[in-house]
Amino acid sequence: MTEAKQPKRKVIKTAAAMGKYMADYYYELDNAAKTGERKIAWCTSVGPAEILRTMGFVVYFPETHAAMLGSTRMSTDLIPHATALGYSPEVCSYMTADIGAYLQKQTPLTKTFKGIEGIPKPDVLVYNTNQCRDVQDWFGFYAREFNAPILGISGNVTVNASTDAIVTGVALQMQDLIAPLEEISGNAFDMDKLKEVVGLSRQCSDTWKQVLEAASATPSPLTFFDGCTLMGPAVVGRGTPEAVKLYKQLLAELEERVAQKDGAIENERFRLYWDGMPVWGRLSAHSKLFASLDTNVLASTYCSSWIFSALDAEDPFNSMAKAYTDLFIVRSEDYKEAYIKEKLEMYQVDGIIYHDAKTCPNNSNCRYGMSNRIQEKTGIPSLVIDGDLNDLRCVSDEQTKTNVEAFIEQLEESK
Amino acid sequence: MANERIFAGVDVGSSRTKTVLMDASKQVIGHDVRHSGTVFSQTAEDGLKVALDMAKRPRSAIAKTVSTGYGRHNVTFSNATKTEIACHAKGSYYFFPKEIAIIDIGGQDNKIIKLDPLGGRRGFKMNRKCAAGTGAFLEEMSLRLNIPLEEMDAHAAQSEDMVKLGSYCTVFSGTEVLENIRNGEPVAAIIKGLFFSVIKRVLEMDSLSDNVVMTGGVVAHNPHLAEMAAEIIGKPVLVPKLPQFTGAIGAALYAMDTH
Repeated sequence: MTEAKQPKRKVIKTAAAMGKYMADYYYELDNAAKTGERKIAWCTSVGPAEILRTMGFVVYFPETHAAMLGSTRMSTDLIPHATALGYSPEVCSYMTADIGAYLQKQTPLTKTFKGIEGIPKPDVLVYNTNQCRDVQDWFGFYAREFNAPILGISGNVTVNASTDAIVTGVALQMQDLIAPLEEISGNAFDMDKLKEVVGLSRQCSDTWKQVLEAASATPSPLTFFDGCTLMGPAVVGRGTPEAVKLYKQLLAELEERVAQKDGAIENERFRLYWDGMPVWGRLSAHSKLFASLDTNVLASTYCSSWIFSALDAEDPFNSMAKAYTDLFIVRSEDYKEAYIKEKLEMYQVDGIIYHDAKTCPNNSNCRYGMSNRIQEKTGIPSLVIDGDLNDLRCVSDEQTKTNVEAFIEQLEESK
Repeated sequence: MANERIFAGVDVGSSRTKTVLMDASKQVIGHDVRHSGTVFSQTAEDGLKVALDMAKRPRSAIAKTVSTGYGRHNVTFSNATKTEIACHAKGSYYFFPKEIAIIDIGGQDNKIIKLDPLGGRRGFKMNRKCAAGTGAFLEEMSLRLNIPLEEMDAHAAQSEDMVKLGSYCTVFSGTEVLENIRNGEPVAAIIKGLFFSVIKRVLEMDSLSDNVVMTGGVVAHNPHLAEMAAEIIGKPVLVPKLPQFTGAIGAALYAMDTH
């Protein structure tokens, strides 16, 4: 009988420090929830976290919690509880898994971090619809449940260029958050503090960008699957000096590996780009699958979503508005196509995998013919995998495996 | 001749397991098809024995075996594996060595594979995680209509009329079939409508090139499907000999190439 090859993947040493940072972060939140010493704000992952941090809130990100529900494979059993409440199984499975978990009083935090009994109750919920409308509905559910105030920014979508009119509109919405947040937090807004936080956020973003770009080396010291877990502090800790320090440490490790030509997988023969969300419940399985085929999925649009190069400490509101509008997910199809083509060249990839996530149209970029267009223009072959970020009922492991193996066979034949 | 080395290709599909033996001149000298069942390794063994009997060769004559299909890793006597995409491409190009677009309709999945004039793969698409347009869809409908699967083709071929079925989903199509029965539509016209629906589902997967090849068990047992497909796309459809065995033939050819 033919045996599948056992892949060898390299361990990233800084991951342990990242894990400790995430643990400390959740214990800080839990302490705030239990003691009431600090106010808690819930925030969307690409929402105005810098403002909330400036106002003294401890910031909780439900999307990170939802990703944990996915990666621990709890989500698929929890989604039906939200469906029974009227949330379609075809809307964001981050949201439905998270609401299902709340309804069932379950959280992966309890299993992962001893002593944490549940998610922290919000004093305020602040969203930004720049990524999708679902976050507003998601936060709206909890606002009703906890009888907590909800504030938000209505971001733009399908933006070709972040014009002054767009940036000014978003910046004004951000400024409008200040007065209610002062009231909820009991703290006065401090412009100097915001400048400091935005500056740290920019540093975090710049270093994270350098980390991701280290994958352009051959062989690449990093995989997309590593990136999905290593990005934790960039999501929950941007605006803090600790996150900056961690990414500098990670960057140093990767630069050393690049110098030593120490690849993330042994014998890197093929380099792929991943577009779309990860399948959180199959992160490890997919990492092993590609490694067993001597293939490194080394870059993605997803992990780059926490790069905010427009942030400028000297002009915090306008620069935050621009940074949160410049994001890939907010942009027009033409922009996205040009962006991906640039990345294909930068990372010298042999092929592209598009993950068509059933419940996340906003992160599935193959739905308007882009995969065909880019393939025709660049000659770089592509493969579309049907799946989902959190709902494993939408995932066929066998079909994914056959598709990926056949794609690599195709690349082998054309080399 | 009895000492000549031969090559085996085994395609363990979701529904049927196909075995092919080829001699060095690339002639099929033995073949077998059977239900894949639940113990793939035993099914493959049983299929190999029958194919060897047909070829009148001893097992020791097999120089190399390549397995393919969903159960490719379960074939205990296999020396290597290839995906069914690669094997259908290889098998189809063997019969039609030119630029082709292959439509393979299997028990639980469909594929469209595009080859360049030299047989290199330009790309491929598999059906989404859905049974619409696959053999499983026709099996389900044969149960609903209480018409044996092997008789469906004759019904479709003889019917002048065709009922239009609009649903995207097997379950909803079943409901539509019941509605048509209730309305007194002839069964043959319903079956023709089901065939049309299968082809439409497959054709929406990808664009096609000039030379279209159809393979797979569904086409092997329902040749009218290929005729209807030709009518819909407006060009002839090529069907290889032993269309159900195209993947297994491709596997045997890979065995020969890599020996």
